Amino acid sequence: MTDQLSPQLAEELLVNRSVAALLGEYPYLENYFDAIRLETLDTSISVAELLADYPEEYFTDYGLTKTGFAEVLVGFVERMLSQPPDELAQVATITVKPGCDKAGRPESCGLTMRAGEVTCIVGPTGAGKSRLLEDIESLAQGDTPTGRTVLVNGAAPSDEQRYDLGHRLVAQLTQNMNFVIDLPVGEFIELHARSRGIAEPAKMAAEVVACANTLAGERIAAATPLTQLSGGQSRAVMIADTALLSASPIVLIDEIENAGIDRHQALSLLVGRDKIVLMSTHDPVLALLGDRRVVIRNGGIMSVLETSEAERANLEFLTALDDRLAGLRAAIRAGERLDSDLPSMLGMTF
Amino acid sequence: MRFVTVAGPPSSGKTSVILRAIEHLRQRELQTGVIKFDCLSSSDADTYQRAGVISKVGLAGSLCPDHFFITNVDQAVQWGKRQGLDLLISESAGLCNRCSPHVKKVLAVCVIDNLSGIGTPEKIGPMLRLADVVVVTKGDIVSQAEREVFAARIREVNRLATVIAVNGITGQGAFALSRLLADAAEVDSLQGDYLRFSLPSALCSYCIGQTRIDETFQAGNLRRIRFDD
Repeated sequence: MTDQLSPQLAEELLVNRSVAALLGEYPYLENYFDAIRLETLDTSISVAELLADYPEEYFTDYGLTKTGFAEVLVGFVERMLSQPPDELAQVATITVKPGCDKAGRPESCGLTMRAGEVTCIVGPTGAGKSRLLEDIESLAQGDTPTGRTVLVNGAAPSDEQRYDLGHRLVAQLTQNMNFVIDLPVGEFIELHARSRGIAEPAKMAAEVVACANTLAGERIAAATPLTQLSGGQSRAVMIADTALLSASPIVLIDEIENAGIDRHQALSLLVGRDKIVLMSTHDPVLALLGDRRVVIRNGGIMSVLETSEAERANLEFLTALDDRLAGLRAAIRAGERLDSDLPSMLGMTF
Repeated sequence: MRFVTVAGPPSSGKTSVILRAIEHLRQRELQTGVIKFDCLSSSDADTYQRAGVISKVGLAGSLCPDHFFITNVDQAVQWGKRQGLDLLISESAGLCNRCSPHVKKVLAVCVIDNLSGIGTPEKIGPMLRLADVVVVTKGDIVSQAEREVFAARIREVNRLATVIAVNGITGQGAFALSRLLADAAEVDSLQGDYLRFSLPSALCSYCIGQTRIDETFQAGNLRRIRFDD
């Protein structure tokens, strides 16, 4: 439970400055002090003086000990200083080496995903998508049920990396996810930025909201409560926040609904931020927007299809078709009739 | 026999997480059993039985659940050994946020869920602060941003713990947890070991059955709110 803390840093933080100065320098410590009711404390004195002034019972009442409070505080700052928040972003490739499917048959191929590329996952429900994801998240080393091995930047991760990186490697966006916190959009994003140690949280929040507005059909205001956003708006905020603020180098998207959001723009945004994008989809437009498709059957990777030239050529047609369907949707929303000659408008004959 | 304490607020998903981890432990051929400490009633024995897991439930009834836990835990360890278990998991609910069943030499796991709100990590206290492993559940229904803020708040109160996201429904993340459980320290007996944090203290007239609201009937270890209007 203990590790070596720097005594110099401890003295700097606990003795050489007042609590107020400490909080000015490390604003993320505020929550930490809130646990012992910051608003009632004298912040003009140092932490060491504070610890001396209050009886041990004061800390016991908040489930703490004096030494524990000081140690965790120093350790927390040390961690924030030694681990720049963007360190995780430097994952250029993830390689999945083949293992076995649910029946124990060897998989025919593995998979390499690169930053700035979109890899689609296809296959029936229950085919084994979550097995693949869990292998990536736990950085499998031949020890998961699939027997797969996952390499980061071409090398096997150390045991320490497996736990340290593991759960922060993949940011997930699925259709079941909702905002549950009762805060305005802007305020919450500021909170997220602060938790990442971002220097200007308010500026970052404004950027995320502006970015979300390039994706959403309906305008999002920073003052709107998160829980009042429409489905499309909420998805737009999630994608913009993930692109700009999430430390995770991999983003998993579970099918972007074709409603209230510019899907093309959303993908370019994530790819432009050098994310490794994994998208589970059966939508032909999204699938062809990807660089490759991983076909999953019975828990194993059956094949990997690189998007071909002919497919890319068809993408243009599919996108045009999709846009026209979107036009029809807008017409329905506007209360119009769809009584024109649709087959010729959509360029189809029956 | 290896021994682990798993604690967490009610309905945070402890039982689901344990069952998911046991699926992986079975593949490693580790015979795992569960001792569940609960208050008034528990249907978890049925849940474990359905899953074919050796289990035992202890109900605290009218006693403080934590004091009940600590006076029974070593007996539970002896029971586990008699059952021939390779690993015994103790599951208990932290009912007042001040609870913490974690024992010094025993791997300590705390389960909390993303839906409980971002203020929860600060509120929970030693059950979370002093855990070696923090399992975060219900991440499949909240946004990535909220999960990240929640994880950051956990780090603020417990920087040393290994934090793992586990989905109690699909089991995603349970493998990583099972690896940590399988490496838990062996114990022969807990005699002479210590709690990581003192239990909530109590001994007032209500502890021994008083029900009347009347200052003259309130005696013992009392504390009153100061209302300085």
